[in-house]
Amino acid sequence: MIGFIFLSVVLIATAVWVVTARKPVYSVIGLLAHFGALAAMYISLSAEFLGVIQIIVYSGAILVLFTFVIGLLSSGVDSITVGPDRMPKAVIPAGLIVLGSLGLTAYGVLHAATVGPRPGPSALAAQAGDANAFGSVADFGKALFTVHLLPFEVTALVLMVAVIGVILMTASNTPLGATAAQAAKVRREMREAIVRAGDE
Amino acid sequence: MLQVAITNYIALSATIFFIGVAGVLLRRNPLIMLMSIELMWNAANLLFLSFSRMWMNNAGHIFAFLVITVAAAEAAIGLAIIMAVFRNAKNVDVDEVAGLRG
Repeated sequence: MIGFIFLSVVLIATAVWVVTARKPVYSVIGLLAHFGALAAMYISLSAEFLGVIQIIVYSGAILVLFTFVIGLLSSGVDSITVGPDRMPKAVIPAGLIVLGSLGLTAYGVLHAATVGPRPGPSALAAQAGDANAFGSVADFGKALFTVHLLPFEVTALVLMVAVIGVILMTASNTPLGATAAQAAKVRREMREAIVRAGDE
Repeated sequence: MLQVAITNYIALSATIFFIGVAGVLLRRNPLIMLMSIELMWNAANLLFLSFSRMWMNNAGHIFAFLVITVAAAEAAIGLAIIMAVFRNAKNVDVDEVAGLRG
């Protein structure tokens, strides 16, 4: 319980830090701490394999991707321009939405009926660290490659589609990537649209 | 042994999820909005694993694994969109990106 409380405090504090940080780089640091604490919490839920995957995929791949994009966006001559946050105008409706939904969840949690039988001690016979314990790599792999093989294959398809989509969107000499002339046209149109919006 | 009641996990997950919602609603920087979305994915994952542990059922682990995969794909595509928009508009203010508005 002490571990849970400690990890919860870390998780909530870093989540707030991610959302309120002034610059995206600070958010990335907060997210790194968040994912680390989350991996610890996964391991405490005896999801050892997913705790490791969390660190490898999120801290290792996704956060590096974020860092690269931040670096690319701020490497040009012009620094990126971001308008002021919508804090003053939107904080009341957004706060109402967030607190209302949170209240509904709290209500649901407090009034939740207990459904079905709780797992007995026999389910816990295999100790953590055993090759076949719940959540271990062997256990997870067996389930992934036998019962849930189709979702696993679909995952491969999703990733391939994502890779192709990213290449189509970011490469400049593909049908979907903008040529220089198209980019100039879009830029001009957007500038005109902004001017029009300012006039109205 | 699950010594922490499941309601604690639900409350923690909901709190993190709605912190992420607040980030998407309040921030204007698309990178921070994407990171808030990542917070929401992870809150959902935490709940999957908690219930998986509660019922000693592997299916939650498989689902969390799929969520991680889809989140990675989503982050890659979202960042690619940000890069494409920035290259065309030199601006990553989400309120001024209205090129697809009807």
